[in-house]
Amino acid sequence: MAEAVDYQVLGTRPVRPDGVDKVTGRAQFGADQNLPNMLHGKILRSPHAHARIKRVDLSKALAMDGVCAAVTGADFPTVASGVSIGEAGGDVMDIAHNVMARDKALYHGHAVAAVAATSLEIAEQALDAIDVEYEVLPPVLDVLQAMAPAAPLLDENCFTKNLPEKPDKPSNVASVMALSRGDVEAGFEQADLVVEGEYRIPMAHQGYIEPHACTATVNEEGKATVWCCTQGQFDFRTAIAKILDWKVGDMKVVPSEIGGGFGGKTVVYLEPVAVLLSQRAGRPVKMVMSREEVFRATGPTSGTVCRVKVGAKQNGRITAAKAWLAYESGAFPGAPVGPGAMSIFAPYDLENFLVEGHEVRVNKPKVAAYRAPGAPQSMHAMEVALDDLARQLNMDPLDLRMVNAADEGTQAPYGPKFPAIGFKACIEAAKKHPNYTAPLLEGAGRGVAAGFWFNVGMQSSAEVRLNEDGTVIVMEGNPDIGGSRASMSLMAAETLGVPYEQVKTYVGDTESTGFCNLTGGSRTTFATGMAVVRACEDIIAQCRSRAAATWGVDEEQVEWRDGQAVPAPGVNADVNPLSLADLAAGAPRTGGPILGRASLNAQGAGASFSVNFTDLKVDQETGAVEVLSFTAVQDAGKAIHPAYVEGQMQGGAAQGLGWALNEEYIYDADGVMENAGFLDYRVPVASDLPMIDTEIVEVRNPSHPYGVRGVGETPIVAPLAATANAVRDAIGIRINDLPLSPPRILAALGGE
Amino acid sequence: MGEFAYVAPTSVADAIDVLQEHARSGRRVQALAGGTDLLVQLRGVDKAPRTIVDVKKIEETNRLDIGSDEIYIGAAIPSALLNENAELKALLPGLVEAADLIGSSQIQGRATLGGNLCNASPAADTTPAMIANRGVCVIASGGGSREMPVEAFCTGVGVNALAADEFLLGLKFPRPPARTGDAYLRFIPRTEMDIAVAGCGVSLTLDDTGVCTAARVGIGAVAPTPLRVDAAAEALLGTGVGDAALAAAGVACTAASSPISDKRGTVQYRRKVVAVLCRRAGAIARGRALGAA
Repeated sequence: MAEAVDYQVLGTRPVRPDGVDKVTGRAQFGADQNLPNMLHGKILRSPHAHARIKRVDLSKALAMDGVCAAVTGADFPTVASGVSIGEAGGDVMDIAHNVMARDKALYHGHAVAAVAATSLEIAEQALDAIDVEYEVLPPVLDVLQAMAPAAPLLDENCFTKNLPEKPDKPSNVASVMALSRGDVEAGFEQADLVVEGEYRIPMAHQGYIEPHACTATVNEEGKATVWCCTQGQFDFRTAIAKILDWKVGDMKVVPSEIGGGFGGKTVVYLEPVAVLLSQRAGRPVKMVMSREEVFRATGPTSGTVCRVKVGAKQNGRITAAKAWLAYESGAFPGAPVGPGAMSIFAPYDLENFLVEGHEVRVNKPKVAAYRAPGAPQSMHAMEVALDDLARQLNMDPLDLRMVNAADEGTQAPYGPKFPAIGFKACIEAAKKHPNYTAPLLEGAGRGVAAGFWFNVGMQSSAEVRLNEDGTVIVMEGNPDIGGSRASMSLMAAETLGVPYEQVKTYVGDTESTGFCNLTGGSRTTFATGMAVVRACEDIIAQCRSRAAATWGVDEEQVEWRDGQAVPAPGVNADVNPLSLADLAAGAPRTGGPILGRASLNAQGAGASFSVNFTDLKVDQETGAVEVLSFTAVQDAGKAIHPAYVEGQMQGGAAQGLGWALNEEYIYDADGVMENAGFLDYRVPVASDLPMIDTEIVEVRNPSHPYGVRGVGETPIVAPLAATANAVRDAIGIRINDLPLSPPRILAALGGE
Repeated sequence: MGEFAYVAPTSVADAIDVLQEHARSGRRVQALAGGTDLLVQLRGVDKAPRTIVDVKKIEETNRLDIGSDEIYIGAAIPSALLNENAELKALLPGLVEAADLIGSSQIQGRATLGGNLCNASPAADTTPAMIANRGVCVIASGGGSREMPVEAFCTGVGVNALAADEFLLGLKFPRPPARTGDAYLRFIPRTEMDIAVAGCGVSLTLDDTGVCTAARVGIGAVAPTPLRVDAAAEALLGTGVGDAALAAAGVACTAASSPISDKRGTVQYRRKVVAVLCRRAGAIARGRALGAA
């Protein structure tokens, strides 16, 4: 571990800059943008999970008083396949066809037409006046059924990618992939014992509180402005422009405050439609999804079937591990099976492994990123299998993980050698944690699991502006989901050597700040933070130069210390130090305003590992689970704002517990989701959860100026298996599938 | 198509006039108490225009009387007021707890027993508790007023026994005799803000030797309407309400149920859990009856 560094403001817990406006209701979210003469847009959605669209007749809707525009798929330009956009890696053609169906509706809720009218009521009535002729086709809803040769085909032009030979028949299996090392079968032969299982998890939604919303206006010059809640205004701009065949420069995207995204707001749904409607109507168009639309027609995460086999020696050392993964991608390709496959064995140092992944199209909404996309499902399978292994070996589950833990220098299953990582430090911290050394309550069960996420870097820009009084503005382009404005301000304050209160961070629109990839992959504090630090260093260099000019010395003779330009040691200059305020005041005489800039493609995002454990009780007569305690230990590299790191850990645990216990998409036989609302799509309520205890481990990421690792995604990975393993411990019966809902547990207990 | 209209009559007679006028003209009309179900339905499920008759301004729907023989709870009294009434809570704790399970604190400032009953959901939490406590509906009618037991009021999923010119004024309960206790339990997968997968209300009276002399059991969410289960009550009568009697009452509840499988639970699960809830609610009611002795 790196030696402790004394920081002035990093690691403190100041109030977030956007906090007061959010708690007083002043903050502007996606649905809060209103413009003069604004119209209201609504989407007509397919009532069938799978149907050919024979004809769409808008004439009756267009004839209605107050209806100003109506569009179908035929009104959108033809988009060629081949360009990938967004964190989930969707192809632009598929995104375009998801935004508005062309010849086929591929899921219940798929957009088929849209209208803009002078009121929401008229828009809704106009939807009823649209005449659509469908040829209803049989839907396929289950991943294994969709893989069967005789399954109904979503797309006659979908041929499985990455097979050794191009297949001669189309398939719902969009692609396959594999990762391997060593000789798996030989590894299993060396094993003293082998555990295996098949684990199924249904689709689950991110459950962000704010529904998708946007307002678009296209002016007489053909320039558009789009206000929307998004995780990335630049990626949205690209997507809208590509889908509508516009120039990027003719489109401005302004991000609102965001009421939760978790990966789900990396994809456009309404925005291209609103722009097209506004262009047709010549008036601004606002579109807001209902909660039901959010569930039915935005991207949840994949339902999955994972099979895992693990062999080990009596001492716990794993000799071989094998996994078979099938992930639902929904209506279009783009399931996170790749990251699922790359993460499943990532915490462990394995000589022999094989992972085979399949992404499979089904008549359900196209999946989108959800916090560590793909990892929770595959790692649930592995971490449950390891729990079974630990039981058979009569080993502490943390000890089993320690025996196999990846460390600095271990070659990751997905290729590179790990630099310094914190997995072993997390295991050690968990083992010493008072919640782990505490005895279990009578009748309770305890479960342990590990978590992992790669984290990414990607492109970021930042601009730091010195105001004339010495206060500082940071402009960057990443919507603030998890407190990033606070962490940018902290890193800028630390670098410049000024108090946190002297710095204010703004999230700019696509025309007021440089390009940033979206807020995703836990990249913002790492990559955009790096750009902010570099931009502050640019400011410092300029300040040193200005001070040198003021003092009549060379630039090398000026140092920056504690927020001031001072003469370097040994420099004989009888001058007073110059603070940021002094330098700002003198700027007109020393060369004009002081502006720092940086843009970069950040490399070296450090992986973040975690260990979670939970104690819970099961009501043997009803199958209800009561979570007694939950402890999350995670490596943050350096916690810039520890309260928001803890918040990420707690939020991920809450979502993971919901996913483990109750959340699931429930479909009827026709492919209609039966629980498209928060009443029956059961995210946990506050009283369902204990206080989630957190312990931040700090193993510095050598690639970041302050050692930061992304922390936003890893927290959701381990809770699924930790919960499943605790239920196993409590009831003495292994249940392989999630969610561990009361009926499923009671059925396992034989109580029905 | 008609239009939306809102009226808030201040007397029973005026309210009946509005209902009768709509019945004659065939226009749609619906009574509003707290609106916690109706307003949600208006925004989503059924947006068709209609006249809304707010019954909250009428004296008889707002009265709460705890008499020596009878308790009267106006149909428009919000749950929060029931919960704040210490005397009512001491007399019918199970009923008040059932009302307290519905929604959040904010919702309980509006939600009413009357609305919960009139909405006629099979899963209504207060209905089994009202059945267990021998609740009687007081109905204002074009022809005067009439009464019927709570268990007869719901006639199907979302359908009640009110005629076009009738509305619910209030609910009456006999004042519980000495050594009487009640309880209501429901099962939900979360801890709050959810709809019962199964529910059971129990009221029982013990003599001074602890033998059960009167019992009523109501169940919810396990049939198209909440039900009174006489076989469960009979299993408790004449016993000390021990484990065996409670188990038998639970078996009777399972036998009386005819649930469906849906997104909230399966047939098997509901049949099993309603028995568990009957046993547990019966044990609580027994404890309360002994405590009240």
